[in-house]
Amino acid sequence: MLTSPTVRASLIFLAIALVGLCFADIAITTSNPWGDLGNFFLGVITPNFFSSEGLMTALLRTVAFGFVGVALGSVSGFILALGYRFLPVRMFCAFIRAIHELFWALIFLQFFGFHPLTGVLAIAIPYAGIFAKVYSEILDEADPIPARLLPPGTGTISAFIYAHIPDSWVQIRTYTAYRLECGLRSSAILGFVGLPTLGFYLETSFSQGLYSDAGAMLILFYVLIATMPLWVRPKLLPIYVVGAPFFLGEGLPIVWGNVARFFTQDIIPKPIRNGDGLASLATWFNDMLINEALPGIWNSIVLTQIALVATGILALLAFPLISNHFGGPLRRTSGHILLVIVRSTPEYILAYILLQLWGPSMLPAVVALALHNGGIIGHLIGRQSNSIRLRQDASTGFNRYAWELVPRVYRSFLAFLFYRWEIIMRETAILGILGIYTLGFYVDSAIQNIQFDRAMMLILITALLNIGVDTLGRHIRQKLALQTMPTC
Amino acid sequence: MPDLDLSGLTASYGGKRVLGPLALKVSTGEHVALVGKSGAGKSTLVRLIHEQVGRESSLIPQELGLVNVLSVFHNVFMGQLDKHPTWYNTLTLIRPFATDKRVVRDLLHELGMTEKLWAPTASLSGGQRQRVAIARAMYRNADLLLADEPVSALDGPLAHIIMRLLTKRFATSVIALHDVDLALAYCTRIVGIQDGQIALNEATERLAVSDIMSLY
Repeated sequence: MLTSPTVRASLIFLAIALVGLCFADIAITTSNPWGDLGNFFLGVITPNFFSSEGLMTALLRTVAFGFVGVALGSVSGFILALGYRFLPVRMFCAFIRAIHELFWALIFLQFFGFHPLTGVLAIAIPYAGIFAKVYSEILDEADPIPARLLPPGTGTISAFIYAHIPDSWVQIRTYTAYRLECGLRSSAILGFVGLPTLGFYLETSFSQGLYSDAGAMLILFYVLIATMPLWVRPKLLPIYVVGAPFFLGEGLPIVWGNVARFFTQDIIPKPIRNGDGLASLATWFNDMLINEALPGIWNSIVLTQIALVATGILALLAFPLISNHFGGPLRRTSGHILLVIVRSTPEYILAYILLQLWGPSMLPAVVALALHNGGIIGHLIGRQSNSIRLRQDASTGFNRYAWELVPRVYRSFLAFLFYRWEIIMRETAILGILGIYTLGFYVDSAIQNIQFDRAMMLILITALLNIGVDTLGRHIRQKLALQTMPTC
Repeated sequence: MPDLDLSGLTASYGGKRVLGPLALKVSTGEHVALVGKSGAGKSTLVRLIHEQVGRESSLIPQELGLVNVLSVFHNVFMGQLDKHPTWYNTLTLIRPFATDKRVVRDLLHELGMTEKLWAPTASLSGGQRQRVAIARAMYRNADLLLADEPVSALDGPLAHIIMRLLTKRFATSVIALHDVDLALAYCTRIVGIQDGQIALNEATERLAVSDIMSLY
């Protein structure tokens, strides 16, 4: 078995994670972690839906930001997809999607302030990059023969709307709808940097110890996501998209002087701004690299590798929960509900909650990332295992799991895991804002110290790290011949 | 259309030559049937001819090349996308014009499937799908027809009706056929392919079924 390349790759990653664990800061630092966790769960089962009217407003804003951001992102992404065969377009898309929504929000906050545009662009920009990539892949996969059979002289647009779009339409629609769900999650967490969505409400309730309010918010969010098939209908979509911009709220007006200053002064490295010469620029850069970038990169990588393996283990343990090959309908239903809850809770919210309860260390981050991503992958391969037809006399119980199912789903499991590697990396960096020493921590500190030049440089480094991991993940998937559909 | 004078037709697969080099002349007004064992290179030859004459011909490939989610009407209409401006084509995608509907309906009537005009092609049977591809080629209205087993999924009488229609509708045609009787009945010349070479090239009236059988 050790000669199998997939097993070997898995063992190498396991070993890296174990080594990382020796260097990781894993601890529970609060005095009464389990009591707090108990109080929190008590809050979830005794939700208070009527504490303030802010709750419904926050929910409405979350939906509005999600819709406007995803709509703008999908239209721009589609246009970019048309030029995706050109290298500069591909690089541009890779770059804008390598920067997390929250980082985009932090950037726009500095010059647009709390204007709705900040939240909309924070979602639309990275989503445009992702849409461009996936749309172009879908369009490439369309049957090429109809286009070849068109009469010569057919206009480019006519050829496109007849021979390419119809064949890809269902997939484009499915993917866009799926992204809308991701967009609602992104919109919710934008509240953590101060936009008027659910995250803001959650943070306020939590800091005041109002667990029942926080519980009510989480429950409403699950209901919102779970009922999406009911209220997101093709016929209603145009109404939502046209109506959503009117529910973004007023925010504060944009001060255009700030915008100009941000681009012409704030983000220019300080030594250049002051005209101090190249030597001091080198000192400035070295200082940032040694004291912020390198520790940030190191912690981000350690956390990512541990979280990746934890995600894998959790996914392998979780998929039997919804697999038809085990147990009865009751257990499967509860399994489904459990997996829906963990995968629809944004990892940022999970990490925030666990961090409040257990105190700052890598532990809450690892658990949050593993729960969320493990839930997603577990759901996907559990569903896939349902299409496997076992022979009638196949073994049962653990033997069935270990001999019949895991070997059959292992390749697609690895494919999903390596696909999510880059996503986990992006999240890891972002969790720094919560106080774990990953790259996001140093970005956030630089912004709080009004050193936007440093913040931008660190965000740039984060983006490059994500692009690197994405490339590596794709390389490994190619080498092991693993294929997968995109997830978010 | 000028006569076709094709030469140096070759094809390789995995470094091994599977067809040619061979030359083929087709005069205007001829209907040439390509016959031979399966795997002899008929489909490859049709593809090569299509590459040489370019898209000025109506092609019916074996895999049909239909857009499955579009209706029968739209798939047929695609044969004349070059005749209309973009706005017209876009509008047709949403709401077809009455004149086009009439023309396409008449065409489908000849092929015996009027009732399926608005059905998505994905929902059709193999024989119906084949007729949609035939209708698209006819609507295309080129002088030359290149077809690869265009009636393979149609039952006896229908196959005869469609072959008669195709040879009447197109001035010139090159059609790969596995059915020798159809080839003798509707084509003016038979070209037999054996081991990637032309083994037989004779006018139909000078041939009998037994002459062709030596190829198989």
